[in-house]
Amino acid sequence: MSGVRVLVGTRKGAFILTSDGKRDKWDIAGPHFGGWEIYHVKGSPVDPNRLYASQSSGWFGQLIQRSNDAGKTWEPVGNKFVYDGTPGTHQWYDGTPHPWEFKRVWHLEPSLTDPDKVYAGIEDAALFYSADGGQNWAELSGLRGHGTGPHWMPGAGGMCLHTILLDQNVPGRMFIAISAAGAFRSDDAGKTWRPINNGLNSKFLPDPTAEVGHCVHRLAMHKSRPGVLFMQKHWDVMRTDNAGDSWTEVSGNLPTDFGFVIDVHAHEPETIYVVPIKSDSEHYPIDGKLRVYRSRSGGNEWEELSKGLPQRDCYVNVLRDAMAVDSLDKCGIYFGTTGGQVYASSDAGDSWAPIVRDLPAVVSVEVQTLP
Amino acid sequence: MTNSATTALIRVELPAHLRTLARVGAEITVSAALNAEGRVTPHAILDAIELAHPMLRGTIRDQVTHQRRPFLRFFACAEDWSHESADAPLPGEVASGQEPFLVIGAIAGG
Repeated sequence: MSGVRVLVGTRKGAFILTSDGKRDKWDIAGPHFGGWEIYHVKGSPVDPNRLYASQSSGWFGQLIQRSNDAGKTWEPVGNKFVYDGTPGTHQWYDGTPHPWEFKRVWHLEPSLTDPDKVYAGIEDAALFYSADGGQNWAELSGLRGHGTGPHWMPGAGGMCLHTILLDQNVPGRMFIAISAAGAFRSDDAGKTWRPINNGLNSKFLPDPTAEVGHCVHRLAMHKSRPGVLFMQKHWDVMRTDNAGDSWTEVSGNLPTDFGFVIDVHAHEPETIYVVPIKSDSEHYPIDGKLRVYRSRSGGNEWEELSKGLPQRDCYVNVLRDAMAVDSLDKCGIYFGTTGGQVYASSDAGDSWAPIVRDLPAVVSVEVQTLP
Repeated sequence: MTNSATTALIRVELPAHLRTLARVGAEITVSAALNAEGRVTPHAILDAIELAHPMLRGTIRDQVTHQRRPFLRFFACAEDWSHESADAPLPGEVASGQEPFLVIGAIAGG
């Protein structure tokens, strides 16, 4: 029988949750790397036993861990992230120049074709690449170097490169997103980049429609629709049908269009999910009710999904890397909260139940669908 | 010290998280190079730690600049060596193995 493995990164360690295809009974393993911040854990699409984890600490810095046995054992690999050339400056919160400084790895994205190839999105924002299983890392410096880098600025969580989407249909095409710089596209496997923020509107910018400076919280894409991307921005839910050349707002009837996560149903490319959060100054659900919203029309028309979720006194957040889907039928949806719960739906969002309730604050959730 | 007197066996205590990472106990012993005056320095001790335990590279000092990570401190013989030069000679009791070199995590947050 097929199964599911949920990889959870938290403020104090990583956890691996497994179930068979029914998804009603779960085994909880962990904490791995107890006491460390685990920003992200992700498995290779071509070798599900190959996992990568970003392990960091304010005391001891950054480590990258690799597993070849689905997380039973781990080995530290390379942790030397050095910007290419002279790093230069980006904008600080007050608009003054500030030197680029490595802080941590937010996101690890294994290659679609080779388990030893993996990308890393870091803070301060840059994209790194390893072709040897994470032992050695080199910056893909065309991103920071294409010209707009000096105008990027940190969001409240830091100036992080948090989203890396690899397009399996268009060779060499990839998308990344940075808070707060915006979305960027490469059509040559990361050598050169250009901003794709036309249509975004951010009131905190002197020019709300500037080429860069937008606080993009998350991008999502369905593998069958390479030109269609969905975006949860600081405020506004957006979509593009031309690989980012232009964006249109699809917030529609959402109760608030602030939030962090967004994801796409595994089998229905126009079915998308968000978790509305009250505002940028109140990072919790409206009225203490935790609700997922689903659109079956690619945005604009949204339905509330709350069955099984707390509907009173709930003031958690759902961070940007903390939602994922499996590819079983029916599609499973998963998200983690800053209150330490991981919720799962095995019926595409119609109903929810907690897999686990009392983990440390959840930073990231990834899902592997196992044969 | 060894017979050749070019290295010394240094006792080092690491913070709990680094012990777990390196899979070692509360105290390790590393062979550190002595300088021209026959003294051991923090720089030499850290080189020896990273040589013996490569997974600790970058966790105590920056891999490029070799600057001490800001939330870590170095103590020896009840004195704070965190802000001394990494090439400053440590007391003889460290080189002789009478006293350990301590890597301490600063108390900052939970």
